[in-house]
Amino acid sequence: MDTGQHESQAADERPAASQRTVECAVAVLLLLVGAVVMWDSWRIGAGWGEDGPKSGYFPFYIGLFIVAGSAINLWNGLRLKGEDNGAFVLKSQFALVWSVLWPTAVFIVLIRGIGPVPGVGIYVASMIFIAWFMRRLGQYSWLKILPIGVGVSLYFFIMFEVWFKVPLPKGPLEALFGFD
Amino acid sequence: MIESITSLLQGFTVALTPFNLMLMAIGIILGVLIGVLPGLGGANGVAILLPLTFTMPPTSAIILLSCIYWGALFGGAITSILFNIPGEPWSVATTFDGYPLAQQGKAGQALTSAFTSSFIGAFVAVVMITFLAPFVAKLALKFGPKENFSVYLLTFCAFVGMSKGAPWKTIVAMMLGFALASVGLDNVTGSLRLTFGQEALLKGFNFLIAVIGLFGIGEILLTIEEGLVFKGAKAKLNMQVVLETWKELPKYWKTSLRSSAVGCFMGIVPGGATPASFMAYGVAKRMSPDGNDFGKGKVEGVVAPETAAHAAGTSALLPMLTLGVPGSPTAAVLLGGLLIWGLQPGPLLFVEQKDFVWGLIASMYLGNIVGLIIVLTCVPLFAAILRIPFAIIAPVILVICAIGAYTVNNSMFDVYMMLVFGVLGYLFKKLDYPLAPLVLALVLGDRTEEAFRQALLGTGGDLSVFFSNGLVGTITTLALTLLFWPLVSKLLAMVRSKWK
Repeated sequence: MDTGQHESQAADERPAASQRTVECAVAVLLLLVGAVVMWDSWRIGAGWGEDGPKSGYFPFYIGLFIVAGSAINLWNGLRLKGEDNGAFVLKSQFALVWSVLWPTAVFIVLIRGIGPVPGVGIYVASMIFIAWFMRRLGQYSWLKILPIGVGVSLYFFIMFEVWFKVPLPKGPLEALFGFD
Repeated sequence: MIESITSLLQGFTVALTPFNLMLMAIGIILGVLIGVLPGLGGANGVAILLPLTFTMPPTSAIILLSCIYWGALFGGAITSILFNIPGEPWSVATTFDGYPLAQQGKAGQALTSAFTSSFIGAFVAVVMITFLAPFVAKLALKFGPKENFSVYLLTFCAFVGMSKGAPWKTIVAMMLGFALASVGLDNVTGSLRLTFGQEALLKGFNFLIAVIGLFGIGEILLTIEEGLVFKGAKAKLNMQVVLETWKELPKYWKTSLRSSAVGCFMGIVPGGATPASFMAYGVAKRMSPDGNDFGKGKVEGVVAPETAAHAAGTSALLPMLTLGVPGSPTAAVLLGGLLIWGLQPGPLLFVEQKDFVWGLIASMYLGNIVGLIIVLTCVPLFAAILRIPFAIIAPVILVICAIGAYTVNNSMFDVYMMLVFGVLGYLFKKLDYPLAPLVLALVLGDRTEEAFRQALLGTGGDLSVFFSNGLVGTITTLALTLLFWPLVSKLLAMVRSKWK
């Protein structure tokens, strides 16, 4: 399979982040999550009520385990060096991941829209998303992109709105044809 | 014994309708597709399709979804053998000998052995379920909250004891699942937990969203990282190759039997399919007279892991049906399905929903036969799908994931969360945090906590209640042994090295 990547990206074998950096960052993040869980459980009561454990009892200890475990993972992460501390991800690899991740985020935002971005509905958003993907990552000609992009979206539309009667978010285009 | 057989025959009359047979075929084909495509696996494939089954009768729905599961198990072998890409974690061991065989031009032989072994492994497991499940269910009917909690404890401790990775990572991943499960309204006291005034968090996190994000989006991100240059072997399967391989396979009956046993045992223990396949491979290598040739393309090296993985994947349904404890992420999604269709998983199913349970078990026999026929005849078709360029298939899969996430609750917030879970899944996979315990904790979190609270009701927090009788004490002790197993084995290794 050819993803049609540019040569400049494929050549970049430098690490985008070391194993240690990501390992520690994730451990710190989870440690904070654990702390928030503990704090909130403490707030609603983590002790014993009249008839058994209070609401926060169980989650409090869950939070404690997350904090303790993450602290140990952080410690282990900090000690990574030499061969164990290789590249978490190469720059070329990260470029590929990023080239999938941000269009996906845009696609999801386009479905219903956020703030000033208008929602166009899931079918139109899918069409734009597939077309963009094929053009940028596959370098296909518009002659191939159009039938596939429109065809897939139309297929999903018929499948969900007509066959299964599962309504998905729709936008102005569908409203034009009387679906909303 | 006889009771099981009459119930099973009853089950066949439920499962053997034209509609259900059609669902089986559809399920298997969809399942193989899911197993073959990057970013779609058994667990999130079933999760995405679950909302479409809401209106079906439960028995038909579970037949469709469980057949997708069998199909995905079959499909994993195709990518492993032809492309050296394990479609699922439990088919990693299949690549060791399967891919070399394919390179030598014996892809047909490797595929036939893989499918046939899968079938045999699954068959042994279903037979085991048929006779063991009613017995386990009967035992479990006597369980109260404390026994239930100890079973949950055993499930989760097994993850720590059985996983090969860092135990603290397993624990953190699992606890994160529990924390996510506790978000929202507390059913017992009615207070809000971890919602921070956000309306979207009131309902809590749905595990289906987590599954679609962690396994679907995360997998796509991992796949693209590799650059995706598939160099596949040619897939041709004709009747002659199939028959020739079948003539050869009975030679390995001992390997099959051993691998089935390993698989059945490991499947009941959660998280079992992947370690089971590696274990069976290791055992076969050690026991075989020409064990040194393993890894260079031995049929036996395909038979062992495939038999074990399928046996484990199938027997993962035993604890799900009888105890309400799923043995794998896919079984967890199926369990979520039971709840949505209005069935309470657990031993009472065997009393109150006989048709459903035995219909499902009968469909396991039939589904695997249908599956074997379909995969043997359609391999070239499935392999062709892998040749669809990534730039086309990837956005389509991402769109399917988004639609799947939306349809769970008709909520856009879920779709945003799916992407967050996707990034988390990518990071966790790369850092060796296991995903299965996270998902299982998210599914079982509420019920684990409820059992825990009910057991402690009125004891004033005295944890000795979990040792208060022989049954609960044994399960709890077993759980704690498994929990501390990484520590124990480390100590043992230290003692042993000192002796030397």
